[in-house]
Amino acid sequence: MMVARDLRGHLWEATVWYGGLGLLAVRVARNLSLPPSYLWIVAREIDTIGVRSLTVALTAALFTGMVLALQSAVNMARFGAENYVGPVVALSILRELGPVLTAILVGGKVASGITAELGSMKVTEQIDALRALGVNYIKKLVVPRLMAALLVFPLVTILADGMGLLGGMLIAVFDRNVDPYLYWNTIAYWVVLKDFLTGIGKSVVFGALVTLIGCYNGLATEGGTEGLGRSTTATVVQVAMGVIISDFFITRLFLFMFW
Amino acid sequence: MTPAAALVELRDIEKSFEKNRVLRGVSLALTKGTILSVMGGSGTGKTVLLRIAAGLHRPDAGEVYLFGTRTDRMREEAMLPLRRRTGFVFQGAALFDSLSVFENVAYPLREHARMSLGQITERVHQFLSLVGLPDTDDLLPAELSGGMRKRVGIARALVMEPEVVFFDEPTAGLDPTNARLVAQLIAQLRTGVCDTAIVVTHDVEFAELVADQMAILVGGQFADVGTPAEIHRSANPDVRRFLAGELREI
Repeated sequence: MMVARDLRGHLWEATVWYGGLGLLAVRVARNLSLPPSYLWIVAREIDTIGVRSLTVALTAALFTGMVLALQSAVNMARFGAENYVGPVVALSILRELGPVLTAILVGGKVASGITAELGSMKVTEQIDALRALGVNYIKKLVVPRLMAALLVFPLVTILADGMGLLGGMLIAVFDRNVDPYLYWNTIAYWVVLKDFLTGIGKSVVFGALVTLIGCYNGLATEGGTEGLGRSTTATVVQVAMGVIISDFFITRLFLFMFW
Repeated sequence: MTPAAALVELRDIEKSFEKNRVLRGVSLALTKGTILSVMGGSGTGKTVLLRIAAGLHRPDAGEVYLFGTRTDRMREEAMLPLRRRTGFVFQGAALFDSLSVFENVAYPLREHARMSLGQITERVHQFLSLVGLPDTDDLLPAELSGGMRKRVGIARALVMEPEVVFFDEPTAGLDPTNARLVAQLIAQLRTGVCDTAIVVTHDVEFAELVADQMAILVGGQFADVGTPAEIHRSANPDVRRFLAGELREI
């Protein structure tokens, strides 16, 4: 009995959460074209989401590329295929690890920050104060963040991709004695534009997903500072899970559409 | 009374939170030039009623009219122009904590009014002086006392010169001096800035000072509505118990 009731409770919570997230997405879409544009807030968010997340994203990408090259080279050497470490690193980074790791790391940082900020405004009635003053809070608080994320996530992912390939090259060249020209030439031969673009396409979806989760959890915060803590923690978990699960479905879709 | 004649009208409003029925068919009509004080014990739904009137909460049943327009089924975006004609003073002031006092009061002007910086500065200083807080421009909300925060909240609500102001417990948590200051300020408003308001309070003395109509909320319904003198003469036992300080609700 207890298990069934708990299960029903969790199912209801999940339904409310997904429904709320969907409704928020609809409201954001409806508000996109409404004035005012709040471009100065978009610019500020680009700085917050993008510039201030670069160190995290690029450091992670560099070491991911290095580890990938190290693991690939050691194992591929057993088949005499060590010279092909470049394409393995490049395909893994461009198609999967670049967008996914960037979304999890930058997204976790950005979305939890958004949840904390909006959640704090919610519990101190500042969101209601905006509404009472006749300000469209979706347009002012959510839309600029989403627009900034749609722009920034692909850009950061491109930089992370480059850094990952560079990390792979450092290991291939200096640790495994692979010729640097061979490293880049094999990448240029085996990797096509589609590999790069599908990764960038994913980063756009991840950017939107991460921002919406952060905003929704912030705006749905209840229960004072304790509730704020719960919302922020939930955001970190939901962003990671959301990115990983949606990655599977986007990969299936892209393979179906472009392969 | 037709909805068009009243600035704010509620008809048979019902609202529940889970199994707790807070409002059970409340109706009121606020005409221009009236200050109505909604009173009742803690947890009787005064704030919920105020928020429903201002369009910040939706009722489960009943109709809400603001300036003659039905708002209870309106989308948030459609309601914004109506809200710009009202002011709302929150119990906890709800100031934007990252903005200075000046920026808090200037906020609605920057959002909605086409005014130059000089005009905005002049208007903000005018309203900060009105609430007795000149020379506080650069202070942050965290640096203000509770009474000062509340007065900044009042200045922010009034700076657009609204047609109706909603006050949620404006004297709650204030020391007697600050409570008197706020009461005098609200009483002063009708001589110039805004003569129509709904004031939610549990403070009888304060309500008598500012309101010309009083409504006592008991058990999710108005037990009685009338002028302060009529309320004092009320034969309703719940009203008499409330005025005697014997009525307590959770």
